[in-house]
Amino acid sequence: MTVVDLGMPGTRIAYGSGNLYEETPFPEHARSELGNQQMRANIGHATHTIRAKRGRVVGELPDWQDLRDAGSAIKQEVGARLPELLEQFEANVTARGGIVHWARNAAEANRIVTDLVRAKGVDEIIKVKSMATQEIGLNEHLEGQGIKSHETDLAELIVQLGDDKPSHILVPAIHKNRDEIREIFSRRMPGTGKTLTNEPAVLAEAARTYLREKFLDTTVAVSGANFGIAESGTLTVVESEGNGRMCLTLPKTLITVMGIEKLLPRFADLEVFTQLLPRSSTGERMNPYTSMWTGVAEGDGPEEFHLVLLDNGRSAVLGDPDGRSALHCIRCSACLNVCPVYEHAGGHAYGSTYPGPIGAILSPQLTGVAAEQNNSLPYASSLCGRCYEVCPVKIDIPSILVHLRDEDVRTKHGERDDAAAQQRSTVSAAREAEAAATGAQPEPAEHPDRVKKSRVPSEMDVLMKGAGVVMSSGKRMALAEKALPLGRGALKPFGGAKWLPGMVGGWTQERDIPVPPSQSFRNWWRKHGEETEQRVARDLGSTALAPSGPGEAPSSSLAGHIEEHAGWGAEAQAVIRARAGQSSGGESTKSSDATSTGEEQA
Amino acid sequence: MSENVTRPTDREQDAKAAILSRIRYALRDEPAAPEVPRDYRRASSLDHAEVVDMLEDRLVDYKANVYRETGESLPQRVGQLLGEAVTIVPEGLDESWIPDSVRTVRDRGDDGGPLTARELDGLGAVVTSSTVSCAETGTIFLNSHPDEGRRALSLVPDHHVCVVPLDSVVELIPEAFERVSHDRPITMISGPSATSDIELERVEGVHGPRTLDVILLG
Repeated sequence: MTVVDLGMPGTRIAYGSGNLYEETPFPEHARSELGNQQMRANIGHATHTIRAKRGRVVGELPDWQDLRDAGSAIKQEVGARLPELLEQFEANVTARGGIVHWARNAAEANRIVTDLVRAKGVDEIIKVKSMATQEIGLNEHLEGQGIKSHETDLAELIVQLGDDKPSHILVPAIHKNRDEIREIFSRRMPGTGKTLTNEPAVLAEAARTYLREKFLDTTVAVSGANFGIAESGTLTVVESEGNGRMCLTLPKTLITVMGIEKLLPRFADLEVFTQLLPRSSTGERMNPYTSMWTGVAEGDGPEEFHLVLLDNGRSAVLGDPDGRSALHCIRCSACLNVCPVYEHAGGHAYGSTYPGPIGAILSPQLTGVAAEQNNSLPYASSLCGRCYEVCPVKIDIPSILVHLRDEDVRTKHGERDDAAAQQRSTVSAAREAEAAATGAQPEPAEHPDRVKKSRVPSEMDVLMKGAGVVMSSGKRMALAEKALPLGRGALKPFGGAKWLPGMVGGWTQERDIPVPPSQSFRNWWRKHGEETEQRVARDLGSTALAPSGPGEAPSSSLAGHIEEHAGWGAEAQAVIRARAGQSSGGESTKSSDATSTGEEQA
Repeated sequence: MSENVTRPTDREQDAKAAILSRIRYALRDEPAAPEVPRDYRRASSLDHAEVVDMLEDRLVDYKANVYRETGESLPQRVGQLLGEAVTIVPEGLDESWIPDSVRTVRDRGDDGGPLTARELDGLGAVVTSSTVSCAETGTIFLNSHPDEGRRALSLVPDHHVCVVPLDSVVELIPEAFERVSHDRPITMISGPSATSDIELERVEGVHGPRTLDVILLG
């Protein structure tokens, strides 16, 4: 990368590279994934199962919302104090015998790890599953340098042996079923052969035997980190199978790659995150194993410990006040499991290392929305808001999605040319750097100078402008609605519209347009609006209403509004009481009352 | 530390300066660090007996085997659980816990140094004590004390017998974290190793000990 700090604003923002790009736009990718019935069945089963488990164990904790509040505040603190916390963290790791390296981007991190492995004179390493190393494409890079990297997490092993890509943060091989896994193992694991059945226990046993030799013989391991503690220099890895413990304990050299946002200020903050993470992630009260270590421990574990601190676009995310909370993510994957879009499109459709709702906000921010096809990701959502509800650190994903859509629209209108050119040149530079390291031809990237700019208003702009004019005035809207019977007359004989021309045809590709109603709601309301008052009068009869406030004239202040609304609440309560009184007296005047209190009467 | 350790290069020092500069620029709106609200539970409101019952319930849920013993009945239980297995015993473990019938080894190879990973792999079991246990999550904390041994001891053998003294049982995670020190490595264990990576079907026992026996001692 060629970012030089000249003290000019534009040059201080550096975007990330690596496995962060959507190479085909999300809708195209999703369309082909939707045809994969096996994948969709597996993902549907998985997300629903984990969702139910999560609900049970989260419901067990009376203070879940308090933990979320604490988690969110701690992560905000980390962002606000990041420079000072990073320096403190580095000093503590170093004081305890660790060696800290800094990497501006994916290529630098890959080069640092490669040099460290080479210095040990080995050509094989073992690896703990890690999103950061997936993001920088470490395995592919090492492969190109003649270093074999063995993934040791069962799911990552399945993905690696199957020459596949992960599709879920937590269970990366969830798109494969047991028969497919049996086929991969019997083909790629020496000594398994025909005796291998498709029982999960048998397949896990085969992986245990295969990997045990690697654990005992390999002298260099690479891991990620779930948390790094600034005040002590402690690192944490959360896992289930024990492969993490093996990699963190048995080899002589340990190299940990950690994103700079993974810090926590205090050791005691772990009491919050070790409660939030497992319940949100696997739906367990606690994951089977969590390892913590500080630098090098005499006589216990690796003799040499290297920590690679990775930026790769994180500082760019931090620079956007409306989007920076995406860095709070602790990679639990709860948002994937509740997302209706993820459930149908699957993880591969998101292109980048980070799938699902979090991926739809994180990837375009790390690379900038103009890089490759990442501008399609913010639209990969129905904005239903479930992801926000389940997020253990309260990231408001829907609001960030809307913010990124706005950035995308402004980019397309040429309002962010400098940022967009920089984002695209990051892609080209990263591809060239990777090609130079491996000696291969660089993959073609969108060249910054050749990207079309659309300064002329598009069909969409014209439509939106027109709608804005009509909808901003009640009179114009009423006038437009007068045309409804016209549309009704045209469409009724056909039972609605199944095809519309031009750009609006996108709408009818997915759904029919129903026959318009004979009148608009506003017209209907004009005739029926006053019935509400009549209904209240009938329901309440002579019931006296509680005074709607402290008896003073309503004020225009916020407090006044609240008083007034509290008054409405009292009114509603009075209606409910009055209705209950009427029906318990057996004098039901309306059929709906009879239904709601029917059991009591019987 | 050995001499051939790779140190950060000048180029990496430049990277550090560049990254810190980028971050400072990113924070030019000077966002405030909020006061962290800690309204979550930090002290138990249960009787100790209820807390111990909860721990047992959670451990059994993870498919660990749980036994309740006194100082007197402990050695017999240990002997029964270990049977013929060659068992490694950390240097600091209370020797009265291990009956004479058990075939024990210490963490010392022929060369006087600790056992190699491959030697550990040839053993059948390990017995350790523990530092603190959290009932609400069913989690046992090892903190590399002399009676727990280095981390590899409780990892490589396939059978882990772990003694949990009753006075080390607390209800909540914050209470547990107060009793561990980050000066030494920490391992949190919640049941035997497990995976749900194949069709989300839980399989107990992958790389860590496939059998976890917990003895509640008190």
